[in-house]
Amino acid sequence: MKHIDEYRDRELVLKLSERIAREISRSWNIMEICGGQTHTLMKYSLQQLLPQQINLIHGPGCPVCVTPVEMIDRAIELAMNPGVILASFGDMMRVPGSHTDLLEAKAKGADVRMVYAPLDALQQAMDHPDREVVFFAVGFETTAPAVAMTVREARRRQVPNFSVLVSHVRVPPAMEALLGSELNRIDGFLAAGHVCTVMGEAEYRPIAERYGVPIVITGFEPVDILLGLHTLIGMLEGGRNEVENAYTRSVRPEGNLQAKAIMGEVFDLTDRNWRGIGTIPSSGLRLSQDYEDFDALRRFSLKETQQAEPGVCMAGEILTGRKRPPQCSAFGSACTPEHPKGAPMVSSEGACAAYYAYGSAGEDPRPQESSINEH
Amino acid sequence: MCLAVPGKIISIDESNPEMRMARVKFGEAERDISVQWLEDVEAGDYILAHVGTALCKVDEKEAELTLRALREMWEAENGP
Repeated sequence: MKHIDEYRDRELVLKLSERIAREISRSWNIMEICGGQTHTLMKYSLQQLLPQQINLIHGPGCPVCVTPVEMIDRAIELAMNPGVILASFGDMMRVPGSHTDLLEAKAKGADVRMVYAPLDALQQAMDHPDREVVFFAVGFETTAPAVAMTVREARRRQVPNFSVLVSHVRVPPAMEALLGSELNRIDGFLAAGHVCTVMGEAEYRPIAERYGVPIVITGFEPVDILLGLHTLIGMLEGGRNEVENAYTRSVRPEGNLQAKAIMGEVFDLTDRNWRGIGTIPSSGLRLSQDYEDFDALRRFSLKETQQAEPGVCMAGEILTGRKRPPQCSAFGSACTPEHPKGAPMVSSEGACAAYYAYGSAGEDPRPQESSINEH
Repeated sequence: MCLAVPGKIISIDESNPEMRMARVKFGEAERDISVQWLEDVEAGDYILAHVGTALCKVDEKEAELTLRALREMWEAENGP
């Protein structure tokens, strides 16, 4: 397919990796924020093509993985209400809450429906005027505008039986939380290209400046990832702590102004608990006062509580790059995609799912005492 | 979750100015995608689609520039 196949060209991948190897002079810790990029790295065994000095740390850019346990519990509580149809993306179905997941709730009789698009959930509400349809909205700034558009459309069409359980999160506050941690060893970032199609470059510049790290906006195909890495290595070696765009076919400097505008109209910033990581200030979105009638928390008077991570899952250490999935005692044995103990094994973007799916082919064969190089 | 897929616009339905929808071809599959946030798109353009909405138009010129730069790097090292 056009705009995909060209970026899977094996010769270009090899050429870029050779060039990176020639230009690198020391070891660098590089975090790819987005779980989609982690999957590309694993699927195409890119880590094996890269010089030893590049230590890739897998970041928290998996919205399904960071959705807090209490949100899953609330979604399940709503789904068990016989008057409710709970709609969400397929990825959310197997994510464990405190006791169960949405798929098990469905097996027990809850009306849980997978949708491709938020607008499909609104259509469900119009098709079932006798039921309350709640859309469980997760995702980063890539996804939030589509949900904002749907909420605005629900108001325009006056659909009274539609509401949203909002669990959206934002990337920049998470980057700042990682960089501000005393455990931080990140030298540079590959920023999530699809988030930037909406948000543009601007909010990354103060981060690059304040924390002295270069940030390269990067796409998702193998050539895109290596192009991002090549750009980043050049900036690291040259000491340039700036923002560059290596995904220019899709990301404009200003992002998508209309998508940003509708997000600003429908959502306000809020503090949000990230699964395994903790509360990050201003890292979440909630419905603004103008749209609070569509807030499922309000409509169903759900309590705002926090729940601890159940069981053995070390999601926090995985999501902040302190541990790699195979370092977890449950990985591949007690915890598999069929029987996940934690969210990173469920999501199509979770690091554990990527290591499980692509196994030794994608895994970095080098010994890893710690996933982060000290220097 | 942030997966976004490039597809080619076949046609655009402008009948609802609040919700402009495009018929978009992704390989063999077709789907209706909102192009509400993109003003400068027409049939034949490629967009990047995510959960039923187009995030951006894929810029053909930029795509060509990137690929050409990579090919030139390749040729400079290996000969054409």
